[in-house]
Amino acid sequence: MRERLAISRPVEGACGETGTWRVFKPVVDREKCNSCGMCAMYCPDGVIDSEYEIDLIFCKGCGICANECPKKAIAMVREGEES
Amino acid sequence: MKNIRVLTLMPTVPDTEYIHKCTSACAGCSSDLILRHVLKAAGPDTVLVVPACCTSVLQGVYPNTSFGIPVYNVAFASAAAVASGMAAAFEELGKNTNVIAYAGDGGTVDIGIQALSGALERGTNFLYICYDNEAYGNTGMQRSGSTPLGARTTTTPGGKPHQKKDLDRIIAAHHLPYMATSCSAYPQDIVRKVEKALSIKGPKFLHILAPCPPGWRYDTAKTIEVGKLAVRSGMWAMYEREYDTLTLSGQTKAAMMKPAPLEEYLKIQGRFSGLKPDTIAEIRQSMERNLRLLKKEAEGTC
Repeated sequence: MRERLAISRPVEGACGETGTWRVFKPVVDREKCNSCGMCAMYCPDGVIDSEYEIDLIFCKGCGICANECPKKAIAMVREGEES
Repeated sequence: MKNIRVLTLMPTVPDTEYIHKCTSACAGCSSDLILRHVLKAAGPDTVLVVPACCTSVLQGVYPNTSFGIPVYNVAFASAAAVASGMAAAFEELGKNTNVIAYAGDGGTVDIGIQALSGALERGTNFLYICYDNEAYGNTGMQRSGSTPLGARTTTTPGGKPHQKKDLDRIIAAHHLPYMATSCSAYPQDIVRKVEKALSIKGPKFLHILAPCPPGWRYDTAKTIEVGKLAVRSGMWAMYEREYDTLTLSGQTKAAMMKPAPLEEYLKIQGRFSGLKPDTIAEIRQSMERNLRLLKKEAEGTC
């Protein structure tokens, strides 16, 4: 019998849905956004895609995007509250 | 609108992500940010060697992993030794796979230094990246050889009484083809340095400062801000060294001409709270000495 190797396979969500950690969620103001790409470059987890949509299933809510946005187009809003 | 950032901010790297959403890194982790850009610059033909450090934890739980490239998790002291063997095997097979050892500061400055020194001396064809959060972050921020003077950790609650080990000069003494320092707040710089390092054959070393929100005790949103302050104040110098030629990076040249106040960098972090004025003076003295030496070396007068 062939021995099975203990190898982990790459999948999305290997560490669970990390979006549940979030206290504040980023909300993008499309009017102010000029698509510079700073937020996507600085996002530690790469949850901001090339259309600048933030994947809220995985976003941990660290707030780096809001802090680094040169146009201040991203606001951090407490979860459960309306923006 | 699509892919504008690829064209403007990082023209050389593709949009592909090699880290799947999401790792179990803390919110605002800069190690995660560094690794993301390192892998983007290195491409899919890469093997990562990871000793015990935050990165060995943030991959996920068996049988799943969030890393889209092969990773070898090895014992604490052996990252460079394993990478050495791996590089030799790839060479024997005639493959050009990039071997990257990705280790924390504990696994580089304290525990892994003899394996690293040996691999550098043997001329192993690999890239060693040390992401430096200046403590053993994974186990709860214990003091490491890389912790700076005056920083509070769980094992130095009154502030570390010793200076940070000057790892870069130890590495430079091995006369490498390429070594560089960088900071997580400058991903473009990291990408450029990784690409340059991987284009050179032989041992390469990259030392990247990685601000750590829970360990350095600052708000998670300020990771980039703290990293930039470290470079702008001169506490962290960014340069490249090819054999004995030293080139300062633009950010550090600017910091030498017009530095940001050191107090600003110290004040933003909780680990430097309650520093005595004479400790600040000592920190400033060693920082200025370091910059002076680097400047002399860059000018070729040292």
